[in-house]
Amino acid sequence: MSLDLFFQYLFAGITYGAIYAVVAIGFNIIYNATGIINFAQGEFVMLGGMISISLLPFMPLWCAIAAATALTMLIGAAIEMLFIRWLQSPSVLRLIIITIGISILLRESALHIWGESIRSLPYFYGNEITTFSVGSVHISPQVVWVIAASGVMMGGLSLFFKSTPIGREMRACAANRTAALLCGINARNMVTLSFMLSAGIGALAGCVMSPITYTQYDSGTSLAIKGFTVAILGGLGNSMAAVAAGILLGIIEAFSVSVVPLAFQDAISIAILLIILFVKPHGLFGSSEAARLKDF
Amino acid sequence: MLTRKNYSLAGLCLATVGLHLLTVLADAPFYLTQLTMAAYYGLVIIGLGVLMGYAGQISIGHAGFFAIGGYVSAALTTRNLAPFEASWPVRLLDGLGLLVPGQDVYGAHLLTVSPWAACGCAVTAAAVIALIIGVPVLKLKGHYLAMATLGFGTIIYRILLASPYFGEADGISETPGFTLLPALGSWGPLVISGDVEHRVANFYLAWGVLIVGAWLLLNLIGSRVGRALRSLHSSEEAAEASGVDTARFKLQVFILSAVYAAVAGALLTHFNGGIGPSEASVMKSVRYVALVAVGGMTNLWGALIMGVGLTFLSLRGVFGAFDDAVFGLILIFVMLFAPDGILSLRLKPLLRRMFLGGPS
Repeated sequence: MSLDLFFQYLFAGITYGAIYAVVAIGFNIIYNATGIINFAQGEFVMLGGMISISLLPFMPLWCAIAAATALTMLIGAAIEMLFIRWLQSPSVLRLIIITIGISILLRESALHIWGESIRSLPYFYGNEITTFSVGSVHISPQVVWVIAASGVMMGGLSLFFKSTPIGREMRACAANRTAALLCGINARNMVTLSFMLSAGIGALAGCVMSPITYTQYDSGTSLAIKGFTVAILGGLGNSMAAVAAGILLGIIEAFSVSVVPLAFQDAISIAILLIILFVKPHGLFGSSEAARLKDF
Repeated sequence: MLTRKNYSLAGLCLATVGLHLLTVLADAPFYLTQLTMAAYYGLVIIGLGVLMGYAGQISIGHAGFFAIGGYVSAALTTRNLAPFEASWPVRLLDGLGLLVPGQDVYGAHLLTVSPWAACGCAVTAAAVIALIIGVPVLKLKGHYLAMATLGFGTIIYRILLASPYFGEADGISETPGFTLLPALGSWGPLVISGDVEHRVANFYLAWGVLIVGAWLLLNLIGSRVGRALRSLHSSEEAAEASGVDTARFKLQVFILSAVYAAVAGALLTHFNGGIGPSEASVMKSVRYVALVAVGGMTNLWGALIMGVGLTFLSLRGVFGAFDDAVFGLILIFVMLFAPDGILSLRLKPLLRRMFLGGPS
């Protein structure tokens, strides 16, 4: 493999990895707040892309993206209020099955609204063949958009959790729900907020990646599996590690294309998921001491 | 309990005959085809029901085992081995009398594995894969178990879609019928195939397999193993402290349910004359989970009745384009309002509470 090709694969890997990292952070936000894995996380990404594509004829691109993100956040909040909020101490099995049901409903609704056709947003800058060169490596401007947007989202989130009052309240709920309740924090609202936040970043990621990866009604499932792989790889609940894990998985996937056929690409990331689950379920960066306290 | 179980099984036998009579009276023999298919899917669902309800382990990958059963059996009985006739594995199979010669439509020489051997291979393959996957997977709990089994199902789906041997997106068609018994005297041969002349026999065969399957599982639940499983579901720590080898019991039930799925897959493939990759899709696995949940996790009869009933409606196309959406809705509403299954709802007190406002 020549050096140019190496860098080309590397950039493709980082682009996909950034997207996986954002999906994984979406998993983490809800997991931290509620202790459940939202199997409908991938559908938020799909909804963001689809809604923005539908809104595009009526408004400029940035308006469509903002509106799609806001709408998906509302959908996320509605889902939490309708299906999760009023359950009294439900079992994990019940919650898993409910979120799987929600993901099916969102997917089927998308199928009936938008049909089976594959859509995409236009490139934010230039078109499919616009590239600029770094050395001898060609990079599409959209790649820069994806990486920048992911970076901004991650930075914004960590700022939000560290320095805003609401962010701190959410962290308090994640750390100890009972103690947070005793401090007068409304834990239920924090859960709703976590669903909104996670739907919002998922939708934004869905918009930014749509020109490169395209959007279809069923594109959420494989993204959800990969996002979950990344979340596990980094240690569930640990968002900074998820970024590193996301880029790692993206790069592994990109280079795997040169070894095995493209059709097996999904199977590779799932095989990584299974191996990690079997060997190191607390993640590459998590400590096994802390993991023993959690419920695997 | 013993007599009640036998009465229920006898009731199921009578219901089978009753269903046949109904189709005869309604002059709608074509219903038998979907009833046959529904019975095979019912076999998957009761197997999964014991895994989920009694051993307390979720599996969102059972369509994978169904597909392993169907695809292995279909590929072995359909793919021509004649070009490899000189190689030692084929000669070994031939020596054991497991190969069937034949001719394709152009008159060329065909050599395929006999259905009995193919079905045996298919079920063994599913059991071995369940063993290999089960050892590490069943150590996981909750979300991790759900995701791991979902991942397993997806890998099987991807492999089937990507390998030319399994027909890629087209699947395998033209699978021959499965002659269970040769013709005896005035009786015709017993063949699993979709031909009209075998329709009634196949209906009784499928329901017979379902009844035998249910009988075995009911015996299992009532036995020492069943009590161990139930203790496992309510508290794994307590079960372990009482000396129950939890890991082994979980693994055994996992393999058993995989075998049920594989048997159903293999038989249904011969009945349909083919199989496609959609049988391995995640949606199918989720549907099996939904049907178990609707019937009630710890209610084998509920899972059987709802499983066969809803599958029959779905196969008849009652839900139209909203087929998957209906199963998603069912899944959510059952889990929200009746986590123990539809049949566990006590309608009388519920109605009284709704209309008279009495105490719950």
